[in-house]
Amino acid sequence: MIAEKRDPLVRMVRRENISPAQALFIRAAALVCALLTGGLMILALGHNPFAVYADMIIGSLGTRTVLAETIRLAIPLLITALAISLAFKMSFWNIGGEGQILFGAVAASYFALFWADTLPRAPLLLIMAIAGALAGGLAGLLPALCKAKWDTNETLFTLMMNYIALCYIKYLQNGPWKDARLRGFPKIAMFEDIAKLPKLLGVHVGWIIALALAALVYLYLHHTKHGYEITVVGESPRTAKYAGMNVGRVIVRTMFLSGMLCGLTGFIQVAGADYTLTDSTAGGVGFTAITVAWLSKLNPAIMVFVSFAIAMLKKGANKIQTTFKIPASAADVLTGVLLFFMLGCEFFLTYRLVLRGGKERLDG
Amino acid sequence: MTTPRPHAIELRDVTKTFGSVVANDRVSLAVRRGEILALLGENGSGKTTLMNMLSGIYYPDSGHILVDGREVTIRAPKDAFALGIGMIHQHFKLVDVLTAAENIVLGLSGGVRLDRKALAGRIREISAKYGFALEPDKKVYRMSVCEKQTVEIVKVLYRGADILILDEPTAVLTPQETDRLFAILRAMRADGKAIVIITHKLHEVLSVSDRVTILRKGRYIETVETARADVQSLTDGMVGRPMRLAISRVEAETKPLCGVRGLTVRHKDGHSVLEGVSFDLCGGEILGVAGVAGSGQQALCEALAGLEPGAQGRIVVGGVNIAGMNPGQILAAGVRIGFVPEDRLGVGLVGSLNIAENLLVRGYRKQRGIFLRRGPAKAQAGELIRWLAVNATGPGQRVSKLSGGNVQKVLLGRELMEAPQMIIAAYPVRGLDISASYTVYDLLQAQKAKGVGVLFVGEDLDVLLELCDRIMVLCGGRVSGIVDARTATKEEIGLMMTHAHRRTEAAP
Amino acid sequence: MDKIINLLCAAVLAGTPLLLGTLGNILTSKAGNLNLGVEGMMFMGGVSGLMAAYCYEQWALAGQGASSGVTAALLSLGASFAAGGLGALIYAFLVVTLRANQNVTGLTLAIFGAGFANFFGEFMGIRAGGYVAVSQTVKNAFAGLRVSPLSDIPVLGRLLFQYNWVVYFALLAALLMAWFLGRTRMGLNLRAVGENPATADAAGINVTLYKYAATVIGGGVCGVGGMYMVMVTCSGVWVHNCVNGYGWLAVALVIFAAWSPLQALAASLIFGGLSVLRMYVSLGIPMQLYDMLPYAATVFVLVLTSLRQSRERSQPAGCGVNYFREDR
Repeated sequence: MIAEKRDPLVRMVRRENISPAQALFIRAAALVCALLTGGLMILALGHNPFAVYADMIIGSLGTRTVLAETIRLAIPLLITALAISLAFKMSFWNIGGEGQILFGAVAASYFALFWADTLPRAPLLLIMAIAGALAGGLAGLLPALCKAKWDTNETLFTLMMNYIALCYIKYLQNGPWKDARLRGFPKIAMFEDIAKLPKLLGVHVGWIIALALAALVYLYLHHTKHGYEITVVGESPRTAKYAGMNVGRVIVRTMFLSGMLCGLTGFIQVAGADYTLTDSTAGGVGFTAITVAWLSKLNPAIMVFVSFAIAMLKKGANKIQTTFKIPASAADVLTGVLLFFMLGCEFFLTYRLVLRGGKERLDG
Repeated sequence: MTTPRPHAIELRDVTKTFGSVVANDRVSLAVRRGEILALLGENGSGKTTLMNMLSGIYYPDSGHILVDGREVTIRAPKDAFALGIGMIHQHFKLVDVLTAAENIVLGLSGGVRLDRKALAGRIREISAKYGFALEPDKKVYRMSVCEKQTVEIVKVLYRGADILILDEPTAVLTPQETDRLFAILRAMRADGKAIVIITHKLHEVLSVSDRVTILRKGRYIETVETARADVQSLTDGMVGRPMRLAISRVEAETKPLCGVRGLTVRHKDGHSVLEGVSFDLCGGEILGVAGVAGSGQQALCEALAGLEPGAQGRIVVGGVNIAGMNPGQILAAGVRIGFVPEDRLGVGLVGSLNIAENLLVRGYRKQRGIFLRRGPAKAQAGELIRWLAVNATGPGQRVSKLSGGNVQKVLLGRELMEAPQMIIAAYPVRGLDISASYTVYDLLQAQKAKGVGVLFVGEDLDVLLELCDRIMVLCGGRVSGIVDARTATKEEIGLMMTHAHRRTEAAP
Repeated sequence: MDKIINLLCAAVLAGTPLLLGTLGNILTSKAGNLNLGVEGMMFMGGVSGLMAAYCYEQWALAGQGASSGVTAALLSLGASFAAGGLGALIYAFLVVTLRANQNVTGLTLAIFGAGFANFFGEFMGIRAGGYVAVSQTVKNAFAGLRVSPLSDIPVLGRLLFQYNWVVYFALLAALLMAWFLGRTRMGLNLRAVGENPATADAAGINVTLYKYAATVIGGGVCGVGGMYMVMVTCSGVWVHNCVNGYGWLAVALVIFAAWSPLQALAASLIFGGLSVLRMYVSLGIPMQLYDMLPYAATVFVLVLTSLRQSRERSQPAGCGVNYFREDR
């Protein structure tokens, strides 16, 4: 027929529905494509991709020590991803995880630095945790209030808070909290032992907190009225108003929770991993967690695994830096590539491509 | 003698599918120059899809398109312009923040620089020829619906179109504006242009067209000379079975329910969209609201439903003043208002959630504690699906996957299940086919019989006159009058829609 | 007086990368694409600009020829434009063709671009045995111009005629973009695409082409802004995380400038001034808190602009929403 000759080469047709197996296949294909792209890049740098990938796996899982290290990297990613998914589910683009972590870390550090000799261990850690969560929550609250009141652009607001937090910590390092013993070096003192998180099975207890929080956030999002409100506000704020929801209150409440989780991450980082406060305490976690949250489709259960996988990537990238002299930023590049492919593959879950002359199947 | 010229446009066996939906199934039609062809069919019969293939928006799966007897390929709107085909879409394709002139010249080739002076001159020339009133430098968002339509028509004429397609052009016009439009169409016909007018209003078909082509469920049914057709024959062709046409008004006992006094709603920028609106709505009556699109209907509905926090004035329902309350507070005050908004998927429902979860929009606040139980909603959704014969796979089906009529059933059904005292229905039959529309009318009349007060915002004056007890006419955010639907005429209401001339209020 | 002139000159120099980023993002927004990845594109442009100049120099050295500053600058410009455009192309492909979420895609581009740049910056450093730096010849090509007698005019000469060429390039880009958007047919068409793609489509405008072109060119302009950060601000040395949030500031400035290229000139001058304020004005607060100023001011501006509601001075209506013709 004439029409076929004139058809565009490729047409897109909306799928009626897609089986879980098909969906899984498409996602797996995207993952493979991302790894292939990464492999090609490694090849272009003159290395054997298989050797590099193998080294990454050994470097992140090979021994108890590196495994513990990988888990330690996964903990902040998981908690922050949980925090971000609360906001993203509400279509509130909180990209200020970094700053909220830092504000939490500052508040927790305050008690670690100045109250360590007056308080016993358990109450000290508890107060640090609460202070961290509150400080993070308040940092999340500010943009949320402006969003609720004046519809202020939250993406940029939360982002600017990252830099404000960073400048603040640099100020603390150079000024009021500078460790006098280090003569000139602008650094904050290491924490006393009682302000450090205890370990369990070789990793600080943050991992238990993270897993428990994953379960809690799952329950909160899927089985509570608040979770339902978050979904409706995220999908359609006008329907939320129609349903009698106070949209502003939902935004403020959820962002406070989101910020609290980030602040808690800050506490866990200073008390469990770094034992001090530096300007790299957050270290890009706030951004990487966005990737984790989105790769997990905002599902806390999947997030546990994805955060571990991304932590492997980070840890593995450190390893290949020493073995192959490939800069560790490779982890960010690979994470980006992975997310690009995952974002792209969503399209093929909704649409099918029909080649010219291809017969259209009515069953989809 | 001249030999008969070929048809300006001829479609032969054109087929178009969307996924598994066959929108057009081997449809054929033809229109000559100096002729007005009406394309008649219900909502969803594929009229717009068919014409979109002529204007290059969609591309047919198979079939032939001939212009002046030559087979042509229309891949994109540009191809359509080149062939002299211009379409005036039902939902105006205009950029709000641009001026009339900018919209008219959009997408045309020419010099790199835009010569605004020459452009405005040419537009005035066209306007003068057919008697349009158009200010080239007025921004579209400052225009009335009628002005916007004028821009659309001048836009296609500017592009040199001599084949015009108008998709439901009268849906947003008053009867008087419609008459003016038809006069212009006749002038264009005399000028030798070929015109296709898409509509589902039968009396318009009879008054303006030379021939009628009828579509039903995506199929071509027949083409008849308008002179030989009447309302009943056209309806039978359109619906496929004899159809009762009149809505039989249910009579019910009325009792006082709702009094609105001095209701005023202002936009952020200060101009008022609703100004001092006062009326009474009784239980057991259907109060129609008529008006040109954008006369304050939306603000009125939303103010009554508690979605306009800045609304001033009094809204007393069952003895409680609900003005200034949000929907949650209204419910807490013991007032049950059902609201079927105009933008169903944007305001009343969440497309990405399933039917049961959409019922929770109303039901979730009644649950105790912090946890959400989905079980009751699922059972209720099953009930609703059976009650209104919703075409869905089950309570777990996403609302966005439902057809327009079924979406409306879910929304209306949910609101009715809450046993409201008062129902606000904004354009509840928009986009629905005839049988679904009648389902809606029947449901609303059943509510009226139960003593519920119904506010019905509509655009089809014939329906308003048949269905409602009284009709309130809005013009520019003010009430220009309330008339008795049993005695009022369309012309009278049409005048009230454009001129805020007052008439003595009809008693409830 | 001298101090004020010094501050103004420094503000122009510091504001130029912001201006380029803002202009690039305005063009992208006008096509209805909300690209949050400016930071990433600036990073990509920055590292590529440096790489082009550096590789050209190494090549010239290997051939025992003298390297030309002008050639290096042009190569740097071309490479940074191409790299920024490449980042934008990835974004455009995902968003326009594959209809991915604009917010998340932009964020990913920001993360990816930073990783990409740090990766190649460090990689070059490792190869070069320490760190990458361009020669004095290339540095001179990015130094302030001296056009006698213009530059010798008191005050005016310093204020107007002694910047490096990228400053004038950015100024020209702003004027050109203002003319393009306001006075040309293509500019009008582009605005229609950003405001209402369905209308533009029905009017016969190739929506996909316009979106791709505006996004990629916009990305290229952002890339040049990144080049400025590396070649001018950091004097041709790769510094880890050198873009330092300027890309994000640029995204915010788009809002501040109300999507107008001419207002972007003023906005970037103000923010450029804020970022160098500590060197010229003493407010008696610690240095690190000065660094906070541009970011804090951005927050202030964001809140302020959200209070202002205007139909025409606001984001193109189609921004953030992907368009697909046969969607129904």
